[in-house]
Formats: sequence, C-alpha cells, structure tokens
Amino acid sequence: MIRSRLTRVLFDTRLARACSLILITIVLLAWLGPVFSSWEYDQIDWDALESPPSLQHWFGTDFIGRDLFVRSMLGARVSLGIALIATLVSVLVGIPWGAVAGYLGGRTDQLMMRIVDVLYALPFILIVILLVVIFGRNPYLLFMALGAIFWLDIARIVRGQTLRLREQPFIGAARILGVATPAIIWRHVVPNVLGPALVYATLTIPGVILAESFISFLGLGIQEPNTSWGVLIADGTQTMESSPWTLIFPGTLLAMTIWCTNMLGDRLRDQLDATGAGYTRTSSTRTHMRT
Amino acid sequence: MARYLLIRLGLTLLTFWLIVTVVFFLMRLAPGGPFDGERRLPPEVETNLRAAYNLDQSLPRQYIDYLAMLGRGDLGPSFRQKDFSVNELVATGLPVSLTIGGLALLIATTVGIAVGLKAGLAPNTRTDTWLMGLTNIGIALPTIIVAPLLVLIFGVALGWLPTGGLGSFNHYILPPIALAMPFTAAIARLTRGSVVETLSEGHLQTARAKGLPESLIIRRHILPIALLPVVSYLGPAAAALLTGSVVIEQVFELPGIGRYLVQGALNRDYTLVMGVVVVYAALILLFNLLVDLAYVRMDPRIRLQT
Repeated sequence: MIRSRLTRVLFDTRLARACSLILITIVLLAWLGPVFSSWEYDQIDWDALESPPSLQHWFGTDFIGRDLFVRSMLGARVSLGIALIATLVSVLVGIPWGAVAGYLGGRTDQLMMRIVDVLYALPFILIVILLVVIFGRNPYLLFMALGAIFWLDIARIVRGQTLRLREQPFIGAARILGVATPAIIWRHVVPNVLGPALVYATLTIPGVILAESFISFLGLGIQEPNTSWGVLIADGTQTMESSPWTLIFPGTLLAMTIWCTNMLGDRLRDQLDATGAGYTRTSSTRTHMRT
Repeated sequence: MARYLLIRLGLTLLTFWLIVTVVFFLMRLAPGGPFDGERRLPPEVETNLRAAYNLDQSLPRQYIDYLAMLGRGDLGPSFRQKDFSVNELVATGLPVSLTIGGLALLIATTVGIAVGLKAGLAPNTRTDTWLMGLTNIGIALPTIIVAPLLVLIFGVALGWLPTGGLGSFNHYILPPIALAMPFTAAIARLTRGSVVETLSEGHLQTARAKGLPESLIIRRHILPIALLPVVSYLGPAAAALLTGSVVIEQVFELPGIGRYLVQGALNRDYTLVMGVVVVYAALILLFNLLVDLAYVRMDPRIRLQT
C-alpha cells in the first residue's frame, strides 16, 4: 500500500511525472552516460578547442578542448553521489539525536535542542569555511562533514515525532516490561519515525547539491581534473563570454535537478502531512538558505 | 519587557562568545599555519614572525590575549596581508557587502510580499499558478547560475549594465538582483501561503460585513497577520543575504568582506578569518534579536518567555 502511495505521489500529475522522468534520466546518465560517449573526461580534443555543440561533442567542448557532455555526466555522478552520502550522514546523525532528545525529555532534551538552535543560527558559509580549514581540500571528508550540518532539520522533526510517540501505550508497555531505554529507542521509537525522517531527507538532497556547487564554485571543493556541477559552472562563468554553452549546459542540469527534487520532496511532505503526521517546517522554500 | 530584553541580550552575548571561542580553537586545531609558504622560512625568521604575531605564547594565553584585544575593539593585524590591520580590511570591505546585502533585502521583501499578496488574494487562479511556478524556478536557480547569466545577458549581450566592479549607480543594479532572487521567491511563497490561510479566518468576514473597503481590509486585517511568518524568516534571511554575497562578490568582482573569508581560510590567516567571523556573528545575532523584538510587537498573542 505504501508503495502504491509513493507511486501516486511520484507519477500522478503531469508535472510530477515529468519531474520523475527527468530525475531518472539524469541519474541513469550520471551512471551510464560516459559509456555512450567516445571521449574521456580528461581527454583533450586538439581539433575542437572551445567548440560549440556538434555531433562529435554533444554539449560542445571547454576552453582546453575537453568534451563537455562527458564532463557534465561525471559532474552529475559526483554531485549526486555527494548528495546521497551527505544525506545519509544527516539521517544517521539526525535520527538518533532527535529520538534521544525527544524520548529522554527534560534537561537533556533542552540541552540537545539548544545545541541544534545555536548551530542553526550559524550561517552556512562560516561552517563551510571552518570545515575547509579543518579538513583541507579533501573533498570526501568535507562532504561527509557537510552531511553533519544537514542533520539539524531531521533532528527537529524526529524529536517532534518522538514526543508524540512517547505517550503511546505500546511504549509505556515496553517500559513496564523493563525494556532498557536504549532498546526502546532503537526498537520502538526509531522504526516509527523513519518514514517522516526519510521524507524530509528527500528535501535534504537538493540542499546538499546546492551546497556542493556553491563550495566547488568558490574553489574550495572538488579539484581538477575531477569535476562536479559546481566546478563546471565556475569554469563556465570564466568562459561564458566566448562560449556560453559551457555555462548553460551544466547550469540547466543543476537547476532542473534542484527544481525536480524540490517539487517531489514537497509533494511527499504534503502527502505525509495529509496522513496526519504533521510538523511542517522544512520545505524547499528553505533550501537556498543553505548556500 | 525590560526583563525579557535583558535575558535576550544576555543569551545573545553568550552565543557570541561561544562562536568566537569555537572558531578560535578550531582554526588553531587545523593543520598548517599562516607562515607555511611555497618556500620554508629560515627558522630564525619564523621564530621572529611568530613572536611578532604573538604565536609563540601558549594557546590559552593567545586566546585570552585575543579576547582582551577584541574587548578593545581591535581585530589584530592580518597575518598574510602585511601592513594591514584586520580592522582596516573590514572597514574597506564591509560597506560594500552591507550595501549589496541591504539592497537585496529591500528587493526581496518588497517584490516578494507584493507577488505573494497578488497570488494569495486570488488562490488557484491562473495568475496564482503562474506566479508560483515562477517562484519555484527562482528557488531552483542558485546564485552561482543567476549571477553569471545576468552578467551575460545585461552586461555582455545587451551591454546595458557594467559586468562588475564598483563605481556609478549602475554598478549596484545587477548584484543585488542576483542575490535577492531566491529570497524574493521564498518570501513570495511564504506570503502567499499565509495570506491564503488568513483569508479563511473569521475576523475577515466581520470586516467585510462591516463594509470596509477591500484595500483597508488588506492593509489592516490581512497583512499584519499574514506577514508574521515572513518576519521570522527575515532574521536568518538577512544573515544569509549578507554572507551569501560571497559568490556575488566573486562573480561581480566586488571588494566586499566575503572574499576575505575564503582567502583567509585557505591561507590560514587566523586573525582575518576571526575578524570576519566576529563581524558576521555580531550582525547575525543583531538581526535575530531585532526580528524577535519585531515579532513580539506585531503579534499580541505571543507571550514573552525565554
């Protein structure tokens, strides 16, 4: 039944269908794209420096003659990969944090949520700069750490859900039976907050993609010859006057991905709210705050 | 009210101190130092440099010295930009960042509220659908795309506006617009949502039944309530507009303080990063405080509690 509901959210209107298809295509291209092209991501075509889109180079080439299609697909792979990793980290940190705070309540709860509030008030760029200082230019550590910022929303939502769960009879029963607190949290609370947490996690994905592109744009993230959408857009900005396609293709891919994930994430959240799970706070409206 | 103010002020100062402390120690924990250049310095030169910048003291000692310095309003000398104090660097960059951020905030609130009101007063009409579709695009287009695109269109292709730098009035058009775009869209969506919600409230029917003109109803009975979520959004938004200008500064080649943050972090210019963080943190906490106070004033239902 859950599956059919998910299918409905993802496919029932024309817009949702279009978005799902676009995302599926982008994911497939990120995964398989380089296979279709005869170029390597760091291969230089000396006969086509900065050439516009053509049959050889579908997206054209950049200023040193590298095929933009292959690079965009590699960029998609890196950007989406980072988004998934960081989202996973955010879920792994946010769920336990929120569940423990909500279940224990009292002082512990106050302290844990106060920490969340303070972190929430810090502007994103400051945190990023600090992480860059600490981890240097190791992009993977940097983006793992990025996930560690995005857990804040999830922690809040999970806490809200846990507060309601705590009063449920089955939790009380478990307590009376003498089940240890960690076991109650792990076996009874976490499985019940997983659904909402995962729905909000889908709204984390566009946030991370934006954040990654922002960091890489500033030259602090992914380094050449490896690439990501942010790096490609930064390069495109440098050369847009003579070769606008170097900005337009990666830019469009990024914007479409953000737009579609936002759209579907909002729909999933609306669906969740409609089933009475409540707690609408995060939405795509806040995604841009994280850049 | 006075008590509430005092407690809020105290909490704000506490948060400020926390931020300064955390950033101070994190910077020092990070590998590398300000004098690791391409070339290793002769040991005696490095010793002298470290002494000159007070780096030869123990870490707690340096921390206390830094706090004392901060208390005097001194952000210290820059480690990498010789001959400049951080105060001087901030003093030249901050007005630029504040101007761009302030203009962007102005655009985002006025345009955002207007669009949201227009859409919200006629929910589910064609206008509404179109406007909200547009805001969706505004949110999905990050500044790193919008800013270069605006330069490409209005600066390069049409040649109407300068592509970057500072100078005349025209230099102040594109950067704030690019910066404001996603925030305008977000404010429009927030306003629309809460206007629609407010429309169904009972006191509006009373106002209508009394025969008040529609413009008065909008001004007195819809906007004050509908704008509450927008006001609470403005605190973090103002902060984000200010710090978000890092990208804008890079694209439009503006001499703001955002670039100091990036440069400083890469060069391990401790005092410079600290200085910018201190300025940002102070401004952000100030915005949040102001927003909280405005909130209390606007909605009598909110009880003061801490």
